Amino acid sequence: MSDGGVKRMYLVVESGQAEQPFRWSAGTYGSRFLTAIRDDGTFTGIKCPKCGHVYVPLRRVCGPCFTEMTELVPVSNEGTLVTFSVVSFGFVDPSTGKHRAVPYGYAVIKLDGADSYLIHFIDETDPAKMKAGDRVRAVFEDEGERTGSMLDIKHFELV
Amino acid sequence: MERVAVIGVGMTQFARERPAETAADLVFEACTRALEDARLSIEDVDVVITGSNDFFDGRTISSMAVMDACGSYDKNVSTVEGDGTFGAAHALMRVLAGWGTVLYCAHHKGSESVMPLITNAMFDPIFERFLGIEAVTSAALQARAYMDRWGLDEETLALVSVKNHGNAFRNPVAQLPLETTVEDVMGSPYIADPLKRLDCAPVTDGAAAVILADREHARSAGSRAVRVRGVGYSCDAFHLGDRDLADPSALRDAAARAYRGAAIDDPARQIDLAEVSEVFGYMELMWCEGLGLCGPGEAGEMTASGRTARDGDIPVNVSGGCLSANPVLVSGLNRVIECVLQVRGEAGEHQVEGVRTAVAQGFNGPCGQSQCVWVLGGEE
Ligand SMILES: [Zn+2]
Repeated sequence: MSDGGVKRMYLVVESGQAEQPFRWSAGTYGSRFLTAIRDDGTFTGIKCPKCGHVYVPLRRVCGPCFTEMTELVPVSNEGTLVTFSVVSFGFVDPSTGKHRAVPYGYAVIKLDGADSYLIHFIDETDPAKMKAGDRVRAVFEDEGERTGSMLDIKHFELV
Repeated sequence: MERVAVIGVGMTQFARERPAETAADLVFEACTRALEDARLSIEDVDVVITGSNDFFDGRTISSMAVMDACGSYDKNVSTVEGDGTFGAAHALMRVLAGWGTVLYCAHHKGSESVMPLITNAMFDPIFERFLGIEAVTSAALQARAYMDRWGLDEETLALVSVKNHGNAFRNPVAQLPLETTVEDVMGSPYIADPLKRLDCAPVTDGAAAVILADREHARSAGSRAVRVRGVGYSCDAFHLGDRDLADPSALRDAAARAYRGAAIDDPARQIDLAEVSEVFGYMELMWCEGLGLCGPGEAGEMTASGRTARDGDIPVNVSGGCLSANPVLVSGLNRVIECVLQVRGEAGEHQVEGVRTAVAQGFNGPCGQSQCVWVLGGEE
């Protein structure tokens, strides 16, 4: 490694390959949401009894109302594009530790039947071919390959 | 609000990497400058508050590592993990709680970590983090949502980068003064469209400190004490998907709370200068609108007409802003300090004539999730 002269004067100590592993509970509602994707290839929403807002992904509390939600409602695998970005910078994928191939697309999606948005990959890397309001649908991993994570959704695609 | 004033400020030189200084060394530099500026010694300080982030520092209880460097030994000390505007708000509350003189410092060594990995960890580990989404890519989603809402083009967003990098030439502590044009910004490589390299703030090392005091303890600072007229904050939803990314609603709420304290009902007329946390160029436009310096959707036009330039009627980021130095956490504190210097008339080469009331804005979280606003100076 050849650093500049100034840098050579000052030493650094590296953390090496140290890891900090965690096990995050998906909770009751997170588990239901991911299980429906894994087992049935479907999305589920949860409806606030007070304001009627349908949230995706599932969670227990409607934030604005500070009200507990219990009513699960089906949400479509299709929806509309709210906004998107095509990413061009090389990045180490935190879920695999490997460099992800660029470019790739991110999208904010409003599923039919939901009021909040889902964020996921979109299978399009030309920003000129997408616009807000475009129809999209979810593409799932093959049955049997799904593990109960958000990566069971491969990506969304333009309809 | 009870009378509280900023009586001392200090910033280090900001740079891409400061290999000769540890984070603690930078804190020592900033605190020493703030004490000199206030003409105080550390014995005069009643309370010390530190600002740091364990993830960025790669150590648990990162605040403890800077204890000696900020003179908190044997003192009443606490820590804020968040942007400097929030840390300074905590300092303000300590003064209001009856502690006469409070020192607050924040540090950041962006050179020591991998920024996208850390900002990725802001996101929900069950539903969002696996996407690899982080500060830049989430900002790209917001930038497009904002552009679409108001029909803005990328050239308009680029104006902010041109202006602020140009302003940085007059700020001796800025990291990245650049002579640049809209064409240069448009020609810089896309990071996450519509954001290009020159739309994005750099990685920075540096620290800053402020000293706040009540009326009695501010007396020693005389006319150099700058009154805190109002502070407000507000938080939007955590999940990006629960938010209207094109609408700076949390900032509007935070500003309304700060303005209420400061008796400001017409910010566009009553505020002389603003320092906002434009970590990406488009954010300056959104934050100007959130602060009520212009109407919703009008900031692009306001910027294009030169009104936010150094010689405009409402200069924004004459210091060069975050685009010219972005020590995360410190960045919001820098905005407060720049406003203090402007109100004092001591901002040196980037001083704007006749600044009486200035507004500083900072945020935590992706896409400006949690917002804090400070109104400084003005009439007694
Ligand atoms: Zn509700």
